[in-house]
Amino acid sequence: MLPDNLREHPVAAAVEAFDADAVRGGKYDRKELTLETPPAKIVSVCGFLKYDQKFVRLSTVTAVDRFPEEPRFEVVYHLHAIEPQQRLRLKCRVRGEDPVIESVTSVWRSADWYEREVFDLFGIKFVNHPDLRRILLPDDWKGHPLRKDYPVTGTRV
Amino acid sequence: MSVPETPEQMAAAAEGAQPQSGPRRMVLNMGPQHPSTHGVLRLVLDLDGENIVTCQLDIGYLHTGIEKEFEVKTYQQAVTLTDRVDYLAPLSMNLGYCLAVEKLLELEIPPRAQWMRVMLTELTRLNSHLVWLGTHALDIGAMSMFLYCFREREDILRIFEMFSGQRMMTSYFRIGGLALEPPRGWQERVKKFIDVFPSRIDEYEDLLTENRIWMGRTRGVGVMTLEDMLDLGVTGPMLRAAGLKIDARKDEPYSSYEKFDFEVPTRTESDVYARYQVRMEEMRQSVRIVRQAMDGMPSGPWKAEDQHVVLPDREKMKTQMEALIYHFKIVTEGFRVPAGEVYQTIESPRGELGFYVVSDGGPKPYRVHMRTPSFGNLQAVPKMVEGIMIANVIASIGSMDFVLGDTDR
Repeated sequence: MLPDNLREHPVAAAVEAFDADAVRGGKYDRKELTLETPPAKIVSVCGFLKYDQKFVRLSTVTAVDRFPEEPRFEVVYHLHAIEPQQRLRLKCRVRGEDPVIESVTSVWRSADWYEREVFDLFGIKFVNHPDLRRILLPDDWKGHPLRKDYPVTGTRV
Repeated sequence: MSVPETPEQMAAAAEGAQPQSGPRRMVLNMGPQHPSTHGVLRLVLDLDGENIVTCQLDIGYLHTGIEKEFEVKTYQQAVTLTDRVDYLAPLSMNLGYCLAVEKLLELEIPPRAQWMRVMLTELTRLNSHLVWLGTHALDIGAMSMFLYCFREREDILRIFEMFSGQRMMTSYFRIGGLALEPPRGWQERVKKFIDVFPSRIDEYEDLLTENRIWMGRTRGVGVMTLEDMLDLGVTGPMLRAAGLKIDARKDEPYSSYEKFDFEVPTRTESDVYARYQVRMEEMRQSVRIVRQAMDGMPSGPWKAEDQHVVLPDREKMKTQMEALIYHFKIVTEGFRVPAGEVYQTIESPRGELGFYVVSDGGPKPYRVHMRTPSFGNLQAVPKMVEGIMIANVIASIGSMDFVLGDTDR
């Protein structure tokens, strides 16, 4: 459900008109629009935003670990429309046990490396990703460093 | 088998070998220690003769886990981490981070600090573009450019040293304003540099712009379409060289860039030469901005009036009990930032630099993600070099102006 204060916002209203189930929440804070969508809808929402709402650029994909909350991970997409200039943040909550979400590489090719980075550092798997390997860390690295339960210092024994 | 020695023997051997080996495929590792990869980038090239069939990139050699380290530093301490990400444009990194946290704090920055930030980030852009121009020309074979560019870069680094005490890892922008009061006599130093610099740009252009070898090596090389670049995450001068007038300083002005008069240069050829032209013109525009900032520098405080966030003046700290308490609190435990999240983008010399900062209300960031321009730009390398000759790879990747610290974080 879209919060009432967002009904005035053209992009938020358009996404809700496109698919009422695709909006789980949202906020307009510090002049930035955030929409939350269920993980199952991410590819269709992104496709709609790119082709219908002119968000031609995917600025970045990242994640936030809300450990010990459940669902544990927030996968965060920052979208950018050039004409007219606007930005949008999309969020998906993903469970902590064996986290999986659909890849958006079919919508923007740039998602390729962004998603590999999230996979590498958070261990979130992206289904239908063409080449899901570690990107920053060595291939034989154990663990995912940006998870909150991964220590900052100390050596592995 | 005997080794062919005379030309006749070689010709015979080549004639005999050709039909059997078919297409002469080989895999070539370029890097991670190749000088023209500017750091530690590794390209795995699958070659057919001298043509590139496929290209795969291997990055991560410089990964230092900076994003993780943000989570154990207080907001103010973390400024020093940002310098080390894009080490050729440390002040741009400082600015992006400070603006993001200031947006979370909803902190008003006094005009003098904002203008000072604009002036110094533009000098950083000059610094970064000079390193790019020198090394890019060196890669292509114009050795003397490197020496000229580093001569001017030295002047800029001396200006940074005057302001912050550091040549490279300046950390001069802090949350709430600047780290130190601008030093006495900075106007003369900056003026001296800025008066001379435009003639130096003319000098570079004399050496390169009409140079037949330079044109031969750069024109029509590394061409990419605008659609491909947008789709692959490319930003900055590369997009502008393809005809798209995109610049965060104009589109989403920050730190009072809207008060400055400057042009966003564009070209349409989208080749290495066009990117060179765009960056040269950007240098001239940066000079314009620095001059405007210098001439119109507002007076007044150089840090925000917020005792919970900004350290008190040294004099106050020594004479007032309250100021001493605030000083102690800020230094020992940092300041609390209201819960929330922001994504702040700025135009770094390389393209769109974004800071995604999440706060849980505590004195340390809950999560900081850096959307670095080099990471996005490098994704496009395979698309750019596949199908071209191996000698052009160096010119093509040089035109991207990536920094590996910025890529790997």
